[in-house]
Amino acid sequence: MVSALIPLIGLMICGAVIALETKDLLSGIISLGIIGFALTIVFLILQAPDLAIVQIIIETLTLIILIAAVLKTTRKDSIESLKARKVILWVAGLVCVAAFIFASLKAFADISAFGSPVLRMAEYYLSNGVTGTGAVNLVAAIILDFRAYDTLGEATVLFTSVAGVVTVLRKKGRA
Amino acid sequence: MQGMSLIVKKISQIMAPSIFILGMYVVAHGHLTPGGGFAGGVLIAGCFTLLILAYGSSKERSLVFKEKASLIESGGIFLFLFIALLGLIQGTLFFVNIFSRSNPGVPGALFSSGIIPLCNIAIGVEVAAALFAIFITFAIMRFGEKL
Amino acid sequence: MIEYILAVVLFAIGLYGVIVKRNLIKIIIGLMIMEYAVNLFLALIGYRSGGAPPIVEVGKNQIFVDPLPQALVLTAIVIGLGTTALLVSFAVRIFEKYDTFDVRKIRKLRG
Repeated sequence: MVSALIPLIGLMICGAVIALETKDLLSGIISLGIIGFALTIVFLILQAPDLAIVQIIIETLTLIILIAAVLKTTRKDSIESLKARKVILWVAGLVCVAAFIFASLKAFADISAFGSPVLRMAEYYLSNGVTGTGAVNLVAAIILDFRAYDTLGEATVLFTSVAGVVTVLRKKGRA
Repeated sequence: MQGMSLIVKKISQIMAPSIFILGMYVVAHGHLTPGGGFAGGVLIAGCFTLLILAYGSSKERSLVFKEKASLIESGGIFLFLFIALLGLIQGTLFFVNIFSRSNPGVPGALFSSGIIPLCNIAIGVEVAAALFAIFITFAIMRFGEKL
Repeated sequence: MIEYILAVVLFAIGLYGVIVKRNLIKIIIGLMIMEYAVNLFLALIGYRSGGAPPIVEVGKNQIFVDPLPQALVLTAIVIGLGTTALLVSFAVRIFEKYDTFDVRKIRKLRG
């Protein structure tokens, strides 16, 4: 099943190109759904069922929020003009992207091959996970017992974002 | 916002209790099966979102939902912090798994692994209320009104 | 190795979207593509050939995939939704005030 990874990631790349280049904003957002749902199947192939459950529902909620925002405002993309500025901007963008890909290919000389990770930190979690906490699910044991501070940080970030959304979109009390 | 047609209303009426119970099951068995607080919490938020989208709700009722969801989300975080502070009260450090140190259960049973199921419930409540509050805020926003 | 390169290409497409595009919604779409690419890359790092999901069955000796990147990505997905919701609420407010999503026109109207 691992051989199905490369076509799926290729599908995600196609979806990303379509999402950015289309002229209609609603079509772009629906193409974003292709990437999210393909990512769910990739998580299932990589033996990570927790991530698949979270990803598919969060993808649906993100699509709902974006479609609500676009349908209530406008659906048209911005019109391009001034050919000279457009060419300069494209060249700058492509130079940045090429530099990034080149630098990351240099860094890949240090990463181990796909399918055999280094497991330096996970050795302790894999051998002492069940006896240290008593939980059979190792991912839950990591995020709630060994590294519980990260979960506290995540709860704080989610609370802050909800406070921000509810405050920015309120209806009364403008100064 | 207005609801959808009769078929959508009927099917969401049949499906929503099953999704809600599945969400609670995934939260409660977080230490035995894949899932946990985050997965179960987003499932419960998805169940409530489905009901609101199918049946629609008036503006006043949506405002009441938004207030209640914010309140429940704050309660969830307080519960999580209280469970973390139990370690300080007992005499050890912050966030220590005190129940697992004192009487460890059998790995694989439902009542085992100390603090982890309680933390899962707190996280599930918090994530469900937060995502529902975000959704209902986007559903009732409207333009053209004087601010 | 080619899976890593494809994940980096996906990230680079999102980066291109943030730099070159001038519609606010397209910029937000580019940021979301970058976030998907990072989650994909982290999940790819932790894979082990022939491994099982990290649920231990007591008494059997098994080979598991790496559970640490999965723990990192689990919170990152939910935080990504919070960030996107905040960005979209800002974009909606900007549209309400300036009646356009174009970043060049937003820069011109001051005050």
